[in-house]
Amino acid sequence: MSDLRDLYQEVIMDHNKKPRNFRDMPEADHLAHGNNPLCGDALVVYVKLSGDIIEDVSFQGSGCAISVASASLMTEMLKGKTITEAQKTYDLFHQQMTDKSAGNTASLGKLEVLIGVREFPARVKCATLSWHTVHAALDNDHDISVTTE
Amino acid sequence: MTIELNIVERWRDFPILNQQVNGHPLVYLDSAASSQKPRCVIDAVADYYREDNANIHRGVHQLSQRATDAYEGAREKVRGFVNAAVVKEIVFVRGATEAINLVAQSFVRPQLSAGDTVLVSQLEHHANIVPWQMVCEQTGATLQVIPMTQSGELDLSGIDELLTGSAKILAIGHVSNALGTVNPIKGLIAKAHDKGIPVLIDGAQAVPHMAVDVQDLDCDFYVFSGHKMFAPTGIGALYGKRSILEQMPPWQGGGDMILSVSFEHTQYNDLPYKFEAGTPNIAGTIGLGMAIDYMQEVGIDNIAAHEHNLLVAATERLEVMEGVNIIGTAAEKASVLSFMIEGVHPHDVGTIFDQQGVAIRTGHHCAQPVMQFYEIPATARASFAFYNKLSDVDALVASIEKVQEMFA
Repeated sequence: MSDLRDLYQEVIMDHNKKPRNFRDMPEADHLAHGNNPLCGDALVVYVKLSGDIIEDVSFQGSGCAISVASASLMTEMLKGKTITEAQKTYDLFHQQMTDKSAGNTASLGKLEVLIGVREFPARVKCATLSWHTVHAALDNDHDISVTTE
Repeated sequence: MTIELNIVERWRDFPILNQQVNGHPLVYLDSAASSQKPRCVIDAVADYYREDNANIHRGVHQLSQRATDAYEGAREKVRGFVNAAVVKEIVFVRGATEAINLVAQSFVRPQLSAGDTVLVSQLEHHANIVPWQMVCEQTGATLQVIPMTQSGELDLSGIDELLTGSAKILAIGHVSNALGTVNPIKGLIAKAHDKGIPVLIDGAQAVPHMAVDVQDLDCDFYVFSGHKMFAPTGIGALYGKRSILEQMPPWQGGGDMILSVSFEHTQYNDLPYKFEAGTPNIAGTIGLGMAIDYMQEVGIDNIAAHEHNLLVAATERLEVMEGVNIIGTAAEKASVLSFMIEGVHPHDVGTIFDQQGVAIRTGHHCAQPVMQFYEIPATARASFAFYNKLSDVDALVASIEKVQEMFA
């Protein structure tokens, strides 16, 4: 049994209510659609690169508090990072979300607020949806769909 | 002397309900997804494996005879349960989904060609949509849809145009799984028959809650799953009118569905065995038979009355809650209360409920066209069975208040 406030931390509730970088990006050079068919979450993640640096990243769509907050936090986290750094963060986040024995959660930085999701296995896919989607966007120049079910 | 238990005490027959979840007594409000099983059903399955387990229809030994008697005894119970005319009209299948696929492929597909239509409604579960889409793709026929109204009822204003000579079957749910709407199927069946169109009724959400009489309804097929009516998973039944089933070719080939096999010619078995290839789910079938005995002992009218009380109580409570919207407000409903809490995604609702020990279903309930109609991704759905208590409605309301407090 975990306390609900471990899952729905204030930071998460804040990002859910006021998601950052929640906007269309006509000048994006990468984008991908992420869908979670089971819960109906649907996101679009937009990326604009400058060389190998993520100059801008934004998202739109609808989903549960966890998926919206995670996407919002992700955009803040990735802006200004290189593609290689972004990939490393993706790997680290994915590992921390899916492996309870993975230590050193502090390395997640501001994503650490999402660590409580690990205690709710049915919700891990909500937290990782936007990350799978940005991963797809960076891997492909075209529009693809990500399914986490 | 047996003491007749009041219906409100029947929850004691369900061992699983006596447990704590996340530090709270379990409140199970997800029976529309799958019902819990009474002790007698669990024991019937276990006793079969302990005492009678053997293959059916072929052994001369004692165990095989007992297993066969129990299996065929369950068929007679199902016949009585839906009031079919003869026991041959009951085919055991894995569930409603398999039954619909069987009818789509064996009965409808050979009759379908381009220009024909298959008629379903917008309220259907995916199980009563996708098998028809598949058969339409295979034949070039078109799927047509009876629309729905804002309250979640069938919109029958254009039904005469839909029920035309090109329609080869009307396949429609008795009760909507997403909204609980009870459809006026008897009238629809009569209307379809006036145009010579056969009718399949998906009764998966109806049989746990109300008495069904296939002869009175005059439907051509009626399908349901055992696991939603207190029986094990993996067993269900197809009722079909004998005259129609006899014309239909087998769906799957194998053992048990044949009278004789040679490489030159195979002679198929009689009804209903022609449709039961391979060793069936014997234990599940016996469990289904026991579930029917149990429901009849409790009394289907008692079940319906108690569930109606629960649904009315819950509806009245939720109607006056600020920020709560009930989805599906048909005049005739059974067991299901779908709702939205303003500003909160149903998935978050489900997690917070679970932390209070309250099990509900959140999502599209395998009825995405219904969600598309309301332009919502999902709902939270509480569904009742006769083992629920009025205090479960209190837990439902308290959990909604908890969600609103978290998301204030």
